[in-house]
Amino acid sequence: MSIDAKGNLMTVDSSSQNSFRGLEAKNIHAWFGKHHVLKDVSLKFPERTVTGLIGPSGCGKSTFIRLLNRMHEFIPGAAMAGKVLQDGEDIYASEVDAAVVRLKVGMVFQKPNPFPAMNIRENVLSGIKLAHLKKADHDSIVESCLTRAGLWKEVKDRLNATGGSLSGGQQQRLCIARSLAVEPSVLLMDEPCSALDPGSTLRIEETIKELAEKIAVIIVTHNMQQAARVSDYCAFFLTDGGPGYLVEADATKKLFTNPSDTRTADYVQGKFG
Amino acid sequence: MPWQATTRKKVATLMSLVISAVVSFVIVLVTGLAGVDGFALTFFGVSFLAVAIRTFRLDSKKRKDAFVTVAIIATAVLAFSPWMSIFGSVIIKGLRGLRPNFLYETMQTTTPDDELTLGGAGHAIVGSAIMVMIATAITLPLGILSGVYLTEVRGRLTFLVRFVVQSMSGVPSIVAGLFIYTTFVNFTNAFSGMAGALALAILMLPTVARTAEEVLKLVPDDLRSASYALGARQWRTSLMVVLPTVRSGLTTASILGVARVIGETAPLLLTSLSKDSFVFNPFGGPTGSLPTYVFGLLQIGTENAINRAWAGALVLMLIVFILFSSARLIGGKDKR
Amino acid sequence: MSEPATAQTPEPRELSIIYNRADRVFRRIVTTGALTSLILLGLIGMFLFVRSAQIFNDRGLKFLTGANWTAGSGDGVIPDDFSIGPMLTGTILVAFIALLIAMPLAIGGALYIEFYAAKGVRKVLTTLLDLAAAIPSLIFGLWGVAIFTEFGERWSTLLNSRLGWVPFIKVQNELFGRSPFVAGCVLASLIVPIITSVSREVFSRTPRDLIDTCYALGGSRWGAIRTVVLPFGKSGVIGGAMLGLGRALGETVAVYLLLNLVFRYNFRILESEGGNIASLIATKFGEATEYELKALVAAGFVLFLLTLVVNMVAASIVQRSTVRK
Repeated sequence: MSIDAKGNLMTVDSSSQNSFRGLEAKNIHAWFGKHHVLKDVSLKFPERTVTGLIGPSGCGKSTFIRLLNRMHEFIPGAAMAGKVLQDGEDIYASEVDAAVVRLKVGMVFQKPNPFPAMNIRENVLSGIKLAHLKKADHDSIVESCLTRAGLWKEVKDRLNATGGSLSGGQQQRLCIARSLAVEPSVLLMDEPCSALDPGSTLRIEETIKELAEKIAVIIVTHNMQQAARVSDYCAFFLTDGGPGYLVEADATKKLFTNPSDTRTADYVQGKFG
Repeated sequence: MPWQATTRKKVATLMSLVISAVVSFVIVLVTGLAGVDGFALTFFGVSFLAVAIRTFRLDSKKRKDAFVTVAIIATAVLAFSPWMSIFGSVIIKGLRGLRPNFLYETMQTTTPDDELTLGGAGHAIVGSAIMVMIATAITLPLGILSGVYLTEVRGRLTFLVRFVVQSMSGVPSIVAGLFIYTTFVNFTNAFSGMAGALALAILMLPTVARTAEEVLKLVPDDLRSASYALGARQWRTSLMVVLPTVRSGLTTASILGVARVIGETAPLLLTSLSKDSFVFNPFGGPTGSLPTYVFGLLQIGTENAINRAWAGALVLMLIVFILFSSARLIGGKDKR
Repeated sequence: MSEPATAQTPEPRELSIIYNRADRVFRRIVTTGALTSLILLGLIGMFLFVRSAQIFNDRGLKFLTGANWTAGSGDGVIPDDFSIGPMLTGTILVAFIALLIAMPLAIGGALYIEFYAAKGVRKVLTTLLDLAAAIPSLIFGLWGVAIFTEFGERWSTLLNSRLGWVPFIKVQNELFGRSPFVAGCVLASLIVPIITSVSREVFSRTPRDLIDTCYALGGSRWGAIRTVVLPFGKSGVIGGAMLGLGRALGETVAVYLLLNLVFRYNFRILESEGGNIASLIATKFGEATEYELKALVAAGFVLFLLTLVVNMVAASIVQRSTVRK
């Protein structure tokens, strides 16, 4: 099941022309060794939207999101099947360089992880240095990324401080700024607020909404209220003890008020999970 | 700990210890058992007796436990006394011979039997320093590369490399010297400080490589994940993210490597020999070093020579102590 | 509403990890650097063997069993006769005496630190122990000569007078002071810190709940040690013992200073003669003839193989015991 940018339901037609701009997952399967953890997931993520991936723990949401930027394959024994299309091109094709993919599809992790050996400014610019991108004005990049991440006002006078001197919420916003510096078109967020206090969480949710004016955001979250606040579309994952699978995906409002599947209704009403 | 003794028990133990000591002292005087070892033996014998008396009325399990306790303490004392004795004698006897001139004069115009106000070990200290610095310059990069291979690259030879590094730490120091003798010394047709440095490098490498690997293993994986997620390649991740994070750990690795080889004598006997005066050129023929200096004095054996040897031993121990302390201080400084 | 479900699960895809040129260069450099230790070990073995091949060719196994070390007169009148028999047995004899003495001491010392010492004492002793393990063997030699000899002589006299009827204890010369026993004692002192350190480390990793269970069942401290700690730490302690053994086999200076080099098979541990391969090399190196040098290298090669085997066994035991945790 998928939705187009106008919010209309669309069936996935594997032979349809790929003039779709954005990220698209087609018939995704994932394994850890022989253990089948994701079954036949197909989703579309249009530009400038926020999609929430919700569902109880162990359904493979984090695994799925790592398939979108080719981080899944770092785990020994990990395997996948299916396609992930970035503007029509399969990122898993054999001639594709995974490192280049990750420049377009950025990621923010559950536990904030600024680089300890660098100060705030260097952290923001680290993506540029690490990918050896040629960008001209470093100062303006630092300012714009920190502003977009909602951190500029708080740190503009101490760009030389180490990342460790920031609070958890600030560190996470620093990580967001760091990801933005390489100008991705999609930002993946794996439960970015689960280690943070409610105040920081709300700040980051505001940031997400602003980010979605320019890029697509895909966020895994356990917190249904957060999904309801932040996302335009939601995808609900479930598992019956075997591999995780997609139950339904729809506009957030519809999913939460009038879902098509009873299991979705049960989950969003808190009957399980 | 479940076996904490009550205060009453502690006082009782203390009293019985004192009584045992007095009794042993008397016995030693009477029987003429010689020396510290005689006293120690008597003391533990008397302690066993004291324990037997005190636990007479207790059950066999408690009695056995008490006897074992005394036995273990006795064993521990015996185990620790050699090196405690070494620490003590190095400090006491070494200080006797240590004068400022010891640190900067040489033996060029002094014989080992002269009074200790003449001559010194300056040349030996400088020689050791130069050789160790060269050895570090060789082993640190190789050790780091080894550690990076085992933690970052993780190729197919990982198990073999780790196993070989572990096994190499057992190569006898004289064999390392012998190897350099049959290759480098033979090839350059000369003994030199460089040859000594190479032999020390062989002995240093396993220590540095192993510590480097341990330190790199401590870097949390999410740092690497963050770097890769930003689109960085492996070599940039290793060089710009992982290695800077373990800077102080790698310093520790080299310090521990130096501590390992600074006292090695055997390999130097076959490669750099010894010398009475300052040698600053690593290719300038036989070079003095602290270990060969002390070793030569030991072989001469006169009273003054032995006093010098103790002073040299004290300097050696001080250097090792300083190295260990700095390693401990620096090692805690990695930001994580 | 939902798309037709795929009837069967597809096969996983073959993924290619693309390393760009910089990455390939990086991996190549790192791999080469890591392989240095492998290459070095191989080179050592190879060079030693090549330089000594002539000796093995000339003498074969007799090199290991004969008991002579005489340099010939060079003109063929008196032939060169080099064999390391007594040195080989001496190496093993002294190392084993050292290990035999060191093991109970090290285990007792480790148990004391971990289970009997007060917390503050434990910390101090652990630090001192690490420092002790770093004392160069030269200083042990110095201590042995200057301080321990008195004790060694006294104990040897005692052993000889009480147990002199035992074959390997009786002596021909009542001159104690530089015997395999004394050298063994000093070597034992040398390797005790290493073995104690490793054993202490292993004992400290005994799971607390196992120890607590012993106490909860009404056991004593020794009972807990006997039933839980020692079995748990067995392989780690053995690994430490083999490390100590390896060290003792290759020890040069301490033996050189404390054992008179005599070329006769000697198993009487209180007799003042013996030697080990390392001290043989150190002694004869200075004035060796060309051929004699080859014999020394051959001796070194034998020692290299011996210690390599011991250390490989130790490495695999230690690795196995750490992996289990």
